[in-house]
Amino acid sequence: MLETRSRIVADTQREAVIRVRGLEVGFGERTIMKDLDLDVYRGEILGFVGASGTGKSVLTRAILGLVPKRAGTIEVFGENVDELSLASRKAIERRWGVLFQFGALFSSLTVKENVQVPMREYLHLSERLLDELAMLKIEMVGLKPDAADKLPSELSGGMIKRAALARALALDPEILFLDEPTSGLDPIGAGEFDDLIATLQRTLGLTVFMVTHDLDSLHSVCDRIAALGGGRIIAAGPIETMLASDHPWLKAYFHGKRARAAMAGEA
Amino acid sequence: MSDAEIVHEPQLQVDHLGHELRASLYGRWTADQAPAVERCVADLGAAVGDERRIIFDLSHLDRLDTLGAWVLDRTRHDLGATGYSADFVGARPEHHILLNEVAYRGFQPIPVVKRNRLTDLLVDIGQSVVRAGKDFASGVSFLGEVVAAMIRVATRPRRFRGPSLVHQLELIAFRGVPIIALISFLVGAIVAQQGIFQLRKFGATPFVVDLVGILTLREVGVLLTAIMVAGRSGSSFTAEIGSMKMREEIDALRVMGLDPIEVLIVPRLLALIIALPLLTFISDLAALYGGGLVAWIYGDVSPDVYLSRLRSAISLNTFMVGLIKAPFMALIIGLIASMEGLAVEGSAESLGRHVTSSVVKAIFMVIVVDGVFAMFFAAIRY
Repeated sequence: MLETRSRIVADTQREAVIRVRGLEVGFGERTIMKDLDLDVYRGEILGFVGASGTGKSVLTRAILGLVPKRAGTIEVFGENVDELSLASRKAIERRWGVLFQFGALFSSLTVKENVQVPMREYLHLSERLLDELAMLKIEMVGLKPDAADKLPSELSGGMIKRAALARALALDPEILFLDEPTSGLDPIGAGEFDDLIATLQRTLGLTVFMVTHDLDSLHSVCDRIAALGGGRIIAAGPIETMLASDHPWLKAYFHGKRARAAMAGEA
Repeated sequence: MSDAEIVHEPQLQVDHLGHELRASLYGRWTADQAPAVERCVADLGAAVGDERRIIFDLSHLDRLDTLGAWVLDRTRHDLGATGYSADFVGARPEHHILLNEVAYRGFQPIPVVKRNRLTDLLVDIGQSVVRAGKDFASGVSFLGEVVAAMIRVATRPRRFRGPSLVHQLELIAFRGVPIIALISFLVGAIVAQQGIFQLRKFGATPFVVDLVGILTLREVGVLLTAIMVAGRSGSSFTAEIGSMKMREEIDALRVMGLDPIEVLIVPRLLALIIALPLLTFISDLAALYGGGLVAWIYGDVSPDVYLSRLRSAISLNTFMVGLIKAPFMALIIGLIASMEGLAVEGSAESLGRHVTSSVVKAIFMVIVVDGVFAMFFAAIRY
């Protein structure tokens, strides 16, 4: 994994595919985040951590436009999402793929049909190509071909994550949002999933935005980590920055018992 | 190549170089260009002549994604299979990785079984009959389970869920009153109006009171109520129980040692059995009121006359005939709604299907039971 990290050059020279400035999000009386700044650079895997309830999912959903924001700007591919016409907004939505925490597969469609939904909607493919591409994505995420004709209710938790990943990759997105991709997987399955994401990131040149609690994922696949606390980013940088931080929550997170176990496993 | 010359549309330039054919690729070989990508590949197939060797020059390629890589590798593979040798040259490292990753492999096409329409139809009919029979059998066994649960609750009244019953009564009976009163009022009025128009020909307008009184009390009141309750409350039972089933809440109850039938179904069923006669009574009153109003306006039957005629036309058993049926219909609606709810499987589609079939089956069975009761009361001259 060292060679992936060595790719990092000075942040200022890199193209930010997502740039969040001064974001404020809240529901009713409650303000979840305020004055939040975040950059996601092209070609990196950004791990996003924070205690439960600090708004990791809310930030992801705000970037995706699923949660309204009160103030601030969000730029995706250098374009302010508030100023976009409906058509250009749709064009941007085609360039990202989202893996929801619980998969969010359409329960009445088979895995293959799920993967084909965005393809049918946006691309003009022949039936043959549609089938072949869907099968290709299903195999790329490590599912067996016979899983293609199964319904989501017939899949195990790990298979649902993989199928949802195949759907997220259906349109060859440039940015991939992953919401706790390894939660609910056994350690071996989680490790395989991490490797899969790293492989796909390399082959498809993806930028990955990954909300995770999995310390192993943070150590093994993430190029950079951003930590959310108190409604803003408390630290961002490679794992070394996190380990060196004096922030009490980061210290507890990266130097706790579980963190030491993950480090020992890595060494 | 300067910016102005960049081609977005995928293009393929074919050069015949004696014994080999050189295909140079330009533009974006990406999913949004899929029709053009397929066209290019088809053109190449047509252009191949005597050459045995085909070289794909990827050095001018603008962009490549999984679709482009797949189609290219598939073409290379297809050419190889028909005796040509095909190779990629000049691929950029990232394109090379992608081509290796997609690596063409044939997918087993799913065999299409040739079907005979007639046998399919017969099979469908047969399966429906078997399903209907199984439905009936499982309905009876479910009734048994519910009765057993009710007896268990009756022997230990402290386990009875009073608050749940009251809550369900509010939802079914109290909140159902306005709509049931309204439609009964309207139907009573319509029956009276049609009765007046038809009976006037025979100079028998006052008999419209007998018509409205007997018809609404014996049949229409209870039928309207049962159908409305099946649509309103039966569907919501199925949806509630079904979504609890989908999210494993029913299993959660079971592992806590709670009987889902006792917790979820007995209170709902009892609430239905209590609510339906009450609603039937309200429906009867509303229909008689509507009929009376129309008889007064259209038929010049004054309220005094209406009431005195009504008193002589109906007796207590006219009213009881309607009311006796109500608890049975409640039982049927409740049983069908609960069974359909418990039959829901994982998908949203399955939930929708079972809610529909809950309402359809309940209304059908209500009407069938009403017919059976009509024959029974006629036989005993009640």
